[in-house]
Amino acid sequence: MQTMRILIIEDDREAASYLTKAFREAGHVADHAADGEDGLAMAMDGPYDVLIVDRMLPKKDGLSVIGDLRSAGRDTPVLILSALGQVDDRVKGLRAGGDDYLPKPYSFSELLARVEVLSRRRSSGSAPETVYKVADLELDRLSHRVSRGGEDIILQPREFRLLEYLMKNAGQVVTRTMLLEHVWDYHFDPQTNVIDVHVSRLRSKIDKGFERPLIHTIRGAGYTVRA
Amino acid sequence: MRSLLSTTAFKIIAAYLFIFVLFAGFVIGWLGFATQRQLTDQLTETITAEVRGLAEQFAVGGIRRLVEVVDERGNRPGASLYLVATFSGVPIAGNIGELPSGTLGRPGWIETDYRRAGESATDRPHRAIAQVFGLPGNFRLLVGRDLEDRDRMRDIFGRGFRLSLLVALVLGLLGAYFVTRRVLKRVDAMTDMSRRIMDGDLTGRLPTGGSRDELDRLAGSVNDMLGRIEALMAGMKEVSDNIAHDLKTPLTRLRNKAEEALRGEASDEAYRAALTGIIEESDGLIRTFNALLMIARAEAGNQRDGMAPVDLGEIARGVGELYEPVADEAGVTLTVAAGPMPVTGSRELLGQVIANLVDNALKYGRVEGQAGEVTVTVAADGPDAVLTVADRGPGIADADRGRVLDRFVRLETSRSRPGSGLGLSLAAAVARLHGGSIALDDNRPGLKVTLRLPRSADDPRAANPSS
Repeated sequence: MQTMRILIIEDDREAASYLTKAFREAGHVADHAADGEDGLAMAMDGPYDVLIVDRMLPKKDGLSVIGDLRSAGRDTPVLILSALGQVDDRVKGLRAGGDDYLPKPYSFSELLARVEVLSRRRSSGSAPETVYKVADLELDRLSHRVSRGGEDIILQPREFRLLEYLMKNAGQVVTRTMLLEHVWDYHFDPQTNVIDVHVSRLRSKIDKGFERPLIHTIRGAGYTVRA
Repeated sequence: MRSLLSTTAFKIIAAYLFIFVLFAGFVIGWLGFATQRQLTDQLTETITAEVRGLAEQFAVGGIRRLVEVVDERGNRPGASLYLVATFSGVPIAGNIGELPSGTLGRPGWIETDYRRAGESATDRPHRAIAQVFGLPGNFRLLVGRDLEDRDRMRDIFGRGFRLSLLVALVLGLLGAYFVTRRVLKRVDAMTDMSRRIMDGDLTGRLPTGGSRDELDRLAGSVNDMLGRIEALMAGMKEVSDNIAHDLKTPLTRLRNKAEEALRGEASDEAYRAALTGIIEESDGLIRTFNALLMIARAEAGNQRDGMAPVDLGEIARGVGELYEPVADEAGVTLTVAAGPMPVTGSRELLGQVIANLVDNALKYGRVEGQAGEVTVTVAADGPDAVLTVADRGPGIADADRGRVLDRFVRLETSRSRPGSGLGLSLAAAVARLHGGSIALDDNRPGLKVTLRLPRSADDPRAANPSS
């Protein structure tokens, strides 16, 4: 993962300094703005890869910051942080121009994984690939064929979409919540380790019998696919 | 008194009183005017008749005859007045002693002061209506009637008018005072009671008189509102009590873990374990908190606008597919029998509820040592869409079934296993939000949870439920 420049717009100093420190430890550059107006000014001037915006901010609330940014033609990816975690709040945030929404309290690994995915989506930019490749694993998005080492692997439709999402973000950590949101389109808490069971099923089809596993569990965070 | 004058009742009564007095004044005034005219007409008629008689006498016997008749008639008692005079105003005959000078100069109808013959100049003059003629030979004739009767009548009317005005005013003001005081007393009682209620006595109710009048109806609906508020407040209190209890317990555990780690001379490994435990504990807290928020939102009913046409069958199949590997791993057969079933609702909330129910069934719905079996069905029943989640576990005793829908109720048998105790109460709240209900039944053996929602109106099967 290359270094990202991140702007954190958050009025709680303690939370902001915790985030700044954590992102720096993860090898990224993080700046902080304490209110909506400063945040908007910094976001307009600075070359940031990702913005992290709290919804409730002094002087200018998070959603208007995003709205102003978007009307000024800036498409910097925005992740909204909010204490409001309900479905309709999420929809409101995304409609206002946010790219992702994370309710508080969050775990840093969840935030980091999401920010990295947002940042890479931006840098890859160009036309979406039709074939994902990781080592000898290939997934063809058009013909829905998956093969490893030249041998076809039969997957259930949901397993296919799970692998597709993992491979799309190959090399990056994908959390369980991200999988639930993108593969199942659910935004609720399934209480049980349902995702783990699905991933372990997928793993038994992809990695079983091969010397080098491709699907890795990242403790305390989620999963990643890498060679 | 000031507050009395400023009441609505008093103002209304004052306005009515004003209109009434105006009307009474008009009626009495008109009556008086009409009577006056009638009396005046009668007088002029009498005078005209008399003049005609005198003219005949004059025609027959000239001025001499006229003087005789006038003398004779003038001596009769009565209100008739006569005067024959020379051109210069010197009286020749008649019963009039004195007239204002120049009165006889203008022939025609006049109203004038006069004194009778024999009255002294110090007596009060009378009023008369009269007709004046010029006679051949430059004589003047005046025939008239005294106006005392007419004027007395006018005075009677005037007095009557003033008196009735006074009586109406006094009665009206008295009435206004008593009516207003009565209304004010009831309103004051209501105001006092609402102040008491505002001060915190939510059991208070506005007094009603039992007469079903407008004040009673108002008090009745305010009381209904107070009842609803009281129930809501009681609910709030119960919730906050529960929150206090069930959030403080895990918070205490969390704190204990941190303290325990700090106390001993712990190794890095022990610290790590303690911190992991703390994060797990706080995740559990967050989960409980989220569930509580969802229940509160669902119960407040303010998510209705987020509802859209959704397919309950599709949601059930989706959840089934999500849980299928989990069931498989736990050795439970999870069967989903669900066709298309359009309802109006929130996909997220319904999904969460079905997930909770399936999760419960997988966790508690099996007897040790036996293969589990969980069945999810979606079917139409009359105007309703019915979703059931059934297991073959130990079930729930009849006595406990109603209780488990309440917040935080966890039966003794399940306390040792993970969970917040909010799954079923969330399901109940979501069912209510969708205008439906939830029921727990004996599956003989096992537990069957039935979620009943109204079907979408645009479902052709719901439009004609009898078919």
